[in-house]
Amino acid sequence: MQAMRYVDEFRDPKLIRQAAEEIRRLVQPGRHYRIMEVCGGHTHAIYRFGLEGLLPENLELIHGPGCPVCVLPMGRTDDGLALAELPGVVFTAFGDVMRVPGTKGSPLEHKARGAEIRMVYSPLDALKLAQSDPGKHVVFFAIGFETTAPSTALTLLRARQLGVRNFSVFCNHVTIIPAIRAILDSPGMRLDAFVGPGHVSTVIGCRPYEFITEDYGKPLVVSGFEPLDILQSLVMILRQLADGRAEVENQYARVVPWEGNLPALRALDEVFELRPYFEWRGLGFISQSALKLRDAFAEWDSERRFTVPGIRVTDPKAAQCGEVLKGVLKPPQCKLFGRECTPERPVGALMVSSEGACAAYHHYVHRVAAAASPGP
Amino acid sequence: MCLAIPGRIIEMTADLPLAVVEVSGVRRQVNVDLLREDGIGPGDWVLIHVGFAMSKISEDGAQEQMRMLAMLGEDQQAMDEIQGYDFGREP
Repeated sequence: MQAMRYVDEFRDPKLIRQAAEEIRRLVQPGRHYRIMEVCGGHTHAIYRFGLEGLLPENLELIHGPGCPVCVLPMGRTDDGLALAELPGVVFTAFGDVMRVPGTKGSPLEHKARGAEIRMVYSPLDALKLAQSDPGKHVVFFAIGFETTAPSTALTLLRARQLGVRNFSVFCNHVTIIPAIRAILDSPGMRLDAFVGPGHVSTVIGCRPYEFITEDYGKPLVVSGFEPLDILQSLVMILRQLADGRAEVENQYARVVPWEGNLPALRALDEVFELRPYFEWRGLGFISQSALKLRDAFAEWDSERRFTVPGIRVTDPKAAQCGEVLKGVLKPPQCKLFGRECTPERPVGALMVSSEGACAAYHHYVHRVAAAASPGP
Repeated sequence: MCLAIPGRIIEMTADLPLAVVEVSGVRRQVNVDLLREDGIGPGDWVLIHVGFAMSKISEDGAQEQMRMLAMLGEDQQAMDEIQGYDFGREP
């Protein structure tokens, strides 16, 4: 088995083997298990460590929507870049966003054409930029799930406290719970259980997942990112399925408090409210699935300070990002995968971020297989 | 995107809620507002995300996380991020 070559790199290969054996023991022959890992960080780790190679064939991992740049529809990138073209505006974003394709190229390509675009590592850096250049208006392109949204909230609270008025946030923060519900409600989607996100759960805690067990009768186990964490979470899920239980369990208790992070939740509540609806790539419009700034922060809301075009673009026809995001297709089943769409020249956002299923698959499976084949 | 970088708190600054953290020998200021109720102080280990300490972890947990980042090929990216934080530096 090819993936086994990684096992010796693991901190405790013996425990890995034991967990893998336990998984094999727990699966019932003749039953096909479909388990979704919600978080893109887990997707990355699963491919990097070749964990699928340790699993029985009737246990299938479905890669979920937990990659922020992957689920953002192209129109929002275009909207952000429209702001970047306004005179006097400095557009700031995280590194991942810089390479996300818009209709007329990525932020990086717009920068090369002369737009004032800067990469930042923290929203606080964008705020500092505004303070140090009062003649400009700094827009921060905010993106991310509940892991990242508190940092934007605290930055906005700081901007208000300091009275910085040449700073605003173009808010694209999304929330994971409505996306999970949308996936559970989507026709034809059959899932047995979820590996719950690690870092999102440090903020929201474990309670918000209870509807999955109560309303849908499916287990969810919040998991750490190490290979052993992921395998242990699968063991916990399979034990629940074998016992006919559906509970929220926390495998990652060393980092994730059951109640979440209360100061973070308070900051989110003070600064943001839910949008009535928001478009997700692949999942369509999902009600109450994204955040916008409350009226008290209208002055710092790019969408209210400026006229945002509200662009809607459909993905390039041949790209099947949506199907991959829903787990209907595996990355290499997309017609563009590895040909028109590569990490160097991504057509879709799933090829951009290391958390995107396509980039992870391309990096760890596709290249390895290509290097191993004798070639023409 | 959801990089969580382990660092050790060296000192709490007078200008709360910032603290000086050290990650693999590099010192930068990060915001510790989200952990103020956890009673953190010098010597504690935290996970850092986009300039904010998100959770308190054990020293073992920090080493594990660093190893994990290296295995995922994200250790350099993590150091670039830590070195890139500008907000805690003098203007």
